[in-house]
Amino acid sequence: MSAGTGSIRRDWQLTLPLGLFFLVFVFVPLALLGVVSLYTTSDLKGMGLTQYVKFLGDGFNLGVLGLTLWLALKTTVVAILIGYPLAYLYTLAPRTLQRVLILVIVLPLLTSAVVRTFAWVVILGRQGIINEVLLGIGLIAAPLKLLYTPGAVVVALAQIEMPLMVLPIITALANIDPNLRQASEALGAGKWRTFFEVTLPLSMPGLLAGSLLVFAAAASAFVTQTLVGGGQQMFMPFYIYQQAIQANNYPFAATIAMILLVSVLVVVTLMNLIGRRSKGFVHA
Amino acid sequence: MPESARAIESTASRVERWTFYGVFGVLGAIAVVLLIAPTVVVIITSFTNGFSLKFPPQGYSLRWYAALWNESPEILNAALLSMQVAALATAISVLLGVAAAMALARRRDAWARVLDSIFMSPLMLPTLALGLALLVLFNLTGQGLSMTTLVIGHIAITTPYILRTTSASLVQMDAAMIESARSLGASAWFTFRTVTLPLIVPGVAAGAFIAFMASFDNVAISLFLSDARSEMLPIRLWHIIEANLDVRAAAVSGVLVAATIVLGVVMERLAGISRHMR
Repeated sequence: MSAGTGSIRRDWQLTLPLGLFFLVFVFVPLALLGVVSLYTTSDLKGMGLTQYVKFLGDGFNLGVLGLTLWLALKTTVVAILIGYPLAYLYTLAPRTLQRVLILVIVLPLLTSAVVRTFAWVVILGRQGIINEVLLGIGLIAAPLKLLYTPGAVVVALAQIEMPLMVLPIITALANIDPNLRQASEALGAGKWRTFFEVTLPLSMPGLLAGSLLVFAAAASAFVTQTLVGGGQQMFMPFYIYQQAIQANNYPFAATIAMILLVSVLVVVTLMNLIGRRSKGFVHA
Repeated sequence: MPESARAIESTASRVERWTFYGVFGVLGAIAVVLLIAPTVVVIITSFTNGFSLKFPPQGYSLRWYAALWNESPEILNAALLSMQVAALATAISVLLGVAAAMALARRRDAWARVLDSIFMSPLMLPTLALGLALLVLFNLTGQGLSMTTLVIGHIAITTPYILRTTSASLVQMDAAMIESARSLGASAWFTFRTVTLPLIVPGVAAGAFIAFMASFDNVAISLFLSDARSEMLPIRLWHIIEANLDVRAAAVSGVLVAATIVLGVVMERLAGISRHMR
């Protein structure tokens, strides 16, 4: 007994190596990024909020920020709309079907996101399957421009990030006592009412966890945004890359990165707060 | 009267049942098709005998796989480098992550919870910002970009996976086993090696596998931290797709998809990765 508590008291030292790594290679760099964002000129002279004023005072920059957050939000909604039913059906499926379904959900997550993005480039291209089918049945006369449209980015991202949504919802649904659903239906509530008043509220923690992951991933999905979105739509991640590597303007790139970081952090914190509230509501 | 009321009610509930499962079934089916179809399209396209990514292809051949193997040293080198970086980053994050999980998994103290969310944060934050931040750090300290800087950047994003799966395995373990080993006189290290480690190995392996795949696929960090000579595979692929849509990109994708499916199914059998990803 005393040995157990003794070892528990001392083993905090095991966090030191990773703690040190994070301090030197995550915290210090992010702090430096903050400092660099405060330089007035691209050759690192003068200090002040010039870069932030420049970003927040310009319609184009605000548009890029707005477009990025809007894209992440739309992606999250689409991922919920198709991901939730899949998670729900998974919990109802017999064991053998579950084994197949879980691979269908997990394998895409393990597959390179560049490959999955490339798949959408092939599908949506001028000679892609959608255009070929529509031309084939005579619905259109010339290939539609599907790639490089806002809708294409949302659909591709929702598909690519969907497993991040489905897995936490499956966990949440699996934790719900099936008796609750049966009780609700036995007491006369229909399928829909039972779903909206029993199942959905109880699965809220999973739904929120999934939404957080999908939102954060969609906001920073550099590859999908650039390849499916094309050059006409600028999102924050490419803007950071362009300002740092192509324009060599590190202070402004750092400013964009800080603003993206803070925006994602704010949204994630808000969702977490809502999540804690909904949990309290469920337990009350 | 009550008879017909019951009949109406049961019709209503039947309609409700039907619409409920209808809507959920259709949406769920769309989800399944969406998850599978893109991969299938890429694999079929990779066997085309033409020069374009037309789908369905006019004819089939292995020419693009041959082109990949015989005349694409830059792609093969990029793949090799990506594998080396992923292997190194994964190995180091296993050491760092398992150690930290041992200390954090069973602790309820506030500081442990905070530390845990800090270590998990790279999964939530835009990693592009971290890549740029590390580039700034290495520039200011006069450290040139190298394999080392790449591996450092990758460790930050691979460790969370290992921390998560190892912690989950540790929480599920019976604490009494460790306590009895310790009270019978086993040292902390001996207990870890003979009791704890064998029980958490599937969790660690699942985490290491997911971490390896995440590193192998990473663009955001590598974009800033690889030097001009060392190009990573996902970035090479990104350039190919962006520039000229070379059909070799489909062949590379075909190889990656096949490798992922084989490794994924094997790891699912051995370590139950899907349980560790929820």
